Amino acid sequence: MDERERINRLRWRCTRRAMLEMDLLLGEFLERIFPTLGPAQADAFIILADMEDLELWPLINGSRECTDSVQAEVVALLRDVRVK
Amino acid sequence: MSNSSIPVRKFDAVIVGAGGSGLRAAIQLSEGGLKTAVLSKVFPTRSHTVAAQGGVSASLGNSEEDHWHWHMYDTVKGSDWLGDQDAIEYMCRMAPEVVVELEHFGMPFDRTDEGKIYQRPFGGHMSNFGEKPVRRACAAADRTGHAMLHALYQRNVRANTQFFVEWMALDLIRDESGQVLGVIALEMETGEVVAFHAKATIFATGGAGRIYYSSTNAFINTGDGLGMAARAGIALEDMEFWQFHPTGVAGAGVLITEGVRGEGGILRNSDNERFMERYAPNAKDLASRDVVSRAMVTEINEGRGCGPNKDFVLLDITHLDPATIMKRLPGIREISIQFAGIDPIQAPIPVVPTCHYQMGGIPTNYKGQVVAADGVPVKGFYAAGEVACASVHGANRLGTNSLLDLLVFGKSSGDSVIEDLATGKVAHQDLPENFAERTLARLHRLNTQTGGSDVNETRLELQRTMQKHCGVFRFKDMLAEGVAKIVEIEKAVARTEIKDKSQVWNTARVEALELDNLIEVAKATLVSAEARKESRGAHVRDDAPDTAENPNGRDDANWHKHTLWQREGSSLSYKPVTMTPLTVETIALKTRSY
Ligand SMILES: Cc1cc2nc3c(=O)[nH]c(=O)nc-3n(C[C@H](O)[C@H](O)[C@H](O)COP(=O)(O)OP(=O)(O)OC[C@H]3O[C@@H](n4cnc5c(N)ncnc54)[C@H](O)[C@@H]3O)c2cc1C
Repeated sequence: MDERERINRLRWRCTRRAMLEMDLLLGEFLERIFPTLGPAQADAFIILADMEDLELWPLINGSRECTDSVQAEVVALLRDVRVK
Repeated sequence: MSNSSIPVRKFDAVIVGAGGSGLRAAIQLSEGGLKTAVLSKVFPTRSHTVAAQGGVSASLGNSEEDHWHWHMYDTVKGSDWLGDQDAIEYMCRMAPEVVVELEHFGMPFDRTDEGKIYQRPFGGHMSNFGEKPVRRACAAADRTGHAMLHALYQRNVRANTQFFVEWMALDLIRDESGQVLGVIALEMETGEVVAFHAKATIFATGGAGRIYYSSTNAFINTGDGLGMAARAGIALEDMEFWQFHPTGVAGAGVLITEGVRGEGGILRNSDNERFMERYAPNAKDLASRDVVSRAMVTEINEGRGCGPNKDFVLLDITHLDPATIMKRLPGIREISIQFAGIDPIQAPIPVVPTCHYQMGGIPTNYKGQVVAADGVPVKGFYAAGEVACASVHGANRLGTNSLLDLLVFGKSSGDSVIEDLATGKVAHQDLPENFAERTLARLHRLNTQTGGSDVNETRLELQRTMQKHCGVFRFKDMLAEGVAKIVEIEKAVARTEIKDKSQVWNTARVEALELDNLIEVAKATLVSAEARKESRGAHVRDDAPDTAENPNGRDDANWHKHTLWQREGSSLSYKPVTMTPLTVETIALKTRSY
């Protein structure tokens, strides 16, 4: 899968989610933050984007702990996203 | 590309949509031994049904006495008498059965101390024909939709339902006689276009709330089922009726629950005035949804909106103790910070009435069969859930009746397919020679368009037009202007251009194809709304005010009828509301007041 395909698939999974909140948050993250991530963080984000909304939301609002430090870094960045 | 180059896959039945209604229908078919394909734009448990938190209604009577007939009365009244009473009776009678069935499928409902399904009160749920509130809503904490979807999905896995995930259905296949023979669909991962040739086709594609600029609906709700049906010559019913929620975050649309006003939140205009005191001196900010929404829009229209464009009002909780906000409304604080950039402890939240639910849709009977204007079923075609109009919600949906609709009509549409196949009413017919022609022409046009319009800009233009011209409060001249504008936007939609022409994972193409569906829904909505010269339920016109002759602006003498919008010529016709229930007496027309 080339880079364009990889990003487009990710875009679909970030912006066609069950909850509007998540479409907005992950869509914004993908446009603005994702391009600045290192490879480990990018991989962690892809795993997060593949989660269901009700698995991901508790990580973002802090009611569930992240599994590792890289995931925690990416979740912290997600938490800081301000949707315009 | 000629038709012969399209691969054809054959099934007994194809279901488009894997939300609550599609999955419920699929259980009937797969367990009934039919070879069934379910197509979905996303993995099933990512469908929008997940967003439903409130609950699903059924007169189980677990906490206090309740009866399906009372539920029926509430639903007819909620619908402002536009709902069909046969379908409403059917749904309310079936509710206890389908909810208990869902429990047996593994749904983790909240329980009472005796282990029964716990039930809570909800707006509009009353006992004894409107007398006093009753507990009728069944929930699984605040994740009812999520839990429901998981229970239904697991049951389907067990029944070997075949899923086609990240596939987008593009068009219906119909033959000369009008019989539906399946769909043409696009696999996103390969870009391949395939025909799903079926004896029976069920649409369960959900709502189309994205026609509005401000919507609580996720991005996926682009009304694909409605677009496909309209292009195939099926009329759309009662599309002027959309439910709005008063407090969506301005711009983002994300829902702020009524609970915020319950905790003491106050709505203010640009003069910092608590304007609800003028509109509802008693209930004030806690008046019913439609009253609050209309007041907000009046404030904005009269120039007392806030912000640079004066296009929202403020929901103020700054007077509450920060400790209370942190304790009682932590989720709302987070949402406000992330989606409005505002900490509500320090500043008020910008809000607008926001599109929430579509009452209209593809006309069906209570068996889930799609029906033509004369009431005769369209052979081979079925629909359930938010895309369908049975019509149980009429002019206004009652909270928690949507999840119920998914279960009842998902199941009944599946049962109808089984019966129609068993009795030979529908069987495989040959695909017509040119069945894929129009779809392929549409794709070809998109691939070769030059100097065309931008998809995002055109979608935004459409959404802003709907918000401004056909929102929660409607004005004669604005509606007429809106119709003219949407016709212009339609021309831009017909000329969309995408830069990316590649086959595999071309999301630009998919978004352009979604826009083809949004425009059909937008047109149907505006044209139907412009024509209906009364106020009823969610359709409220400034020029149809509350008078002694027409209380609440409702004009039964002229407008107690269903709208049918036909894409061809954008023409309208009307059909009577079914006032005869299945076994009980008609619930006669009455003024709707709470
Ligand atoms: C925020 C929110 C809260 C709500 N809360 C409640 C509540 O508490 N109680 C209640 O009763 N109702 C509630 N509702 C309404 C209710 O959730 C929806 O009406 C209902 O879930 C719709 O279910 P559905 O099966 O019709 O469609 P959805 O669940 O939306 O599923 C549609 C399916 O169709 C698929 N699809 C669409 N187009 C295509 C295509 N072209 N090709 C292939 N697949 C396609 C999608 O992938 C998806 O699988 C709420 C709605 C919102 C927005």
